[in-house]
Amino acid sequence: MHALDAAFVRLERVFDRAFGAAANPLRHLGTLGYLMFWLLALSGLYLFIRFDTSIDGAYASIGRLSDAEWWFGGVLRSLHRYASDAFVVVVALHLLRELAAGRFRGFRAFSWISGVPLLWLLYASGVIGYWLVWDARAQFSALATAEWFHALGIGAEPMVRNFLGAEAVPNRMFSLFVFLHIGLPLALLAGMWIHVQRLGRPRTLSPRPLLAGFTAMLLALALALPAASEVPWDSARVPVSVAQDWFLLFWQPLMYATSPLALWAILGGATAALVVLPWRARRPALPAAVVSPQNCNGCGRCVDDCPYQAVLLAPHATKRGAFQAVVMAERCAACGICAGACPSSTPFRADADLVSGIDLPGLTVNALRARLEAALGKLAGDGRVVLFGCEGGPALGALADARTAALTLPCLAMLPPSFIEYALRSGAQGVLLAGCAPGECRYRQGLEITAERLAGAREPHLRASVPRARLWQAGDRVQDAAGLRESLAGFRTALKALGAPPPTRPKRARVAS
Amino acid sequence: MKAVLRIAAQFALYLPLMLLIGVFSTWPRFQVIAPGEALVRVSMTHAGARKVACRTRSAAELAKLAPNMRNPQDCSRERAALVVELEIDGALAWRTEAQPAGLQRDGASTIYHRMTLPAGRHRIVARLRDTADGPFNHVREAVLELPAGAALLIDFAADKGGLQFRT
Repeated sequence: MHALDAAFVRLERVFDRAFGAAANPLRHLGTLGYLMFWLLALSGLYLFIRFDTSIDGAYASIGRLSDAEWWFGGVLRSLHRYASDAFVVVVALHLLRELAAGRFRGFRAFSWISGVPLLWLLYASGVIGYWLVWDARAQFSALATAEWFHALGIGAEPMVRNFLGAEAVPNRMFSLFVFLHIGLPLALLAGMWIHVQRLGRPRTLSPRPLLAGFTAMLLALALALPAASEVPWDSARVPVSVAQDWFLLFWQPLMYATSPLALWAILGGATAALVVLPWRARRPALPAAVVSPQNCNGCGRCVDDCPYQAVLLAPHATKRGAFQAVVMAERCAACGICAGACPSSTPFRADADLVSGIDLPGLTVNALRARLEAALGKLAGDGRVVLFGCEGGPALGALADARTAALTLPCLAMLPPSFIEYALRSGAQGVLLAGCAPGECRYRQGLEITAERLAGAREPHLRASVPRARLWQAGDRVQDAAGLRESLAGFRTALKALGAPPPTRPKRARVAS
Repeated sequence: MKAVLRIAAQFALYLPLMLLIGVFSTWPRFQVIAPGEALVRVSMTHAGARKVACRTRSAAELAKLAPNMRNPQDCSRERAALVVELEIDGALAWRTEAQPAGLQRDGASTIYHRMTLPAGRHRIVARLRDTADGPFNHVREAVLELPAGAALLIDFAADKGGLQFRT
């Protein structure tokens, strides 16, 4: 898995150069799945309007779209076909990416497990879609599916008998297929909605460049290679060979190469393996965030910022009519973003023992302040910089020296902006933030949240009085040690030009010294 | 210039995906049966005869039963398994025995089997026994010309005279 993960990381960085991290398709595989769904829904709507939902008329009505109306209906038909294949590709990559990165266990288990049935719904929707064309491929696919189900021995009348004679397939059954081709995608959409329920501010919309790029790519494909039907369904004959869609229908040849029961074992086993994976590969969970009701004013910022919906507001334990945060430990990623959002997480508080409204037992805000103060105390010389990083980002240890204090947090968004001001007013000449590379945040939105807080677009914000020239963020080359070193050197040069900061040491720092 | 290069790079990365989808959505063709072959399917759903024949209850037995339960016939529920044989060009090609469905084995037996044959003229004999013992009580024989790609269905319909050959 490490090799696969490393391969994905390398590939993502190649794509970053072409698309930029914000619109890198490999970093938006989930949203691309949503995009494919909507392209299928929109193109399918028109196809349904023009489709004759009867055994006798279906094949001809689709043929008319491709022939007489090739410039619109035919293109939409092809788009519908290719979007379904692209859907399979992006979903398969999404699954592989999450698997390789280990994003399936613990607090992510819900999203992982809820994604498994979506694979079946996606395939069921796509396979039945092929039957509606009522051509030789539909005949082969319907018979193969029926033979597969027959192997289970369920039902008094085997499904396969419905397809064996021309008179055996009534229009009512065809209507059932149409109904399933609408109903199953609706179930898929409901499942996709459930799939993202444990994510705070889930992203289901692809960035515009990707939306435009993928739509244009599929339209170009539709024009270059228009989808075509096979010969009409003929129960008196067997399709000797069919133009197989290897994305959606790969399992049918696999069944004939093995056996129906073997295919059930393969697909059932793979499904079971995916479902049990979060338990089989379980790791000890990090201590979840804890709430201090005495210090929580129920502002709800931690609820808004939690990337995994692990915090909610509930009636306060002691104050009537007030609210407090409550952490659902099983959902907590221990990223500390909630502590960074808490208004009481300010190091300027004079309390010797700083207790935040919501805090991370592994690294409390008090411990963070103590570490920062200890590191600031050791800084000497000109160009004193405090470097804040995150566990998913570059290793900062090698950069620590007499002029550089390096502090690593679980996530950069755990850092309350007031800590930046505190560092600058306590002896640091500059603060450099070196989190994950763009698009690689371990906790989804740490970089975004940090950027919004620094820009004043999200609470708690960095005060306007803090000189922005003394705050730098390492750029795209943050994961590269040489790039980070260069960034630090560049920052020092810029700081030199700014001169010494004004002496505005906070009261608490003065008391401490 | 940089923007043009980025667009060119994006195009270069979209192209393999486009090719992947375009090619494997229809190619390679899957060979369902070999050229020059025909397909024979045996498919039937039929309830066999009762395994044990019904017995007529005596008057004394009927008197012991509640009035609403006085059925003159005492029948066991279990049905006989279906035994099917397929003989092609004088050789036994396939034989199966299908048990009735249900916990009491009182449901219909279901059979589905597919096999390929070289295209051409074949003498096909299908035999079915739906009783607990004895010889095959349903037999159908025909010489059929099966062209390449033809599908022959062997079915059973009691109301249509038993075994059916449908092409």
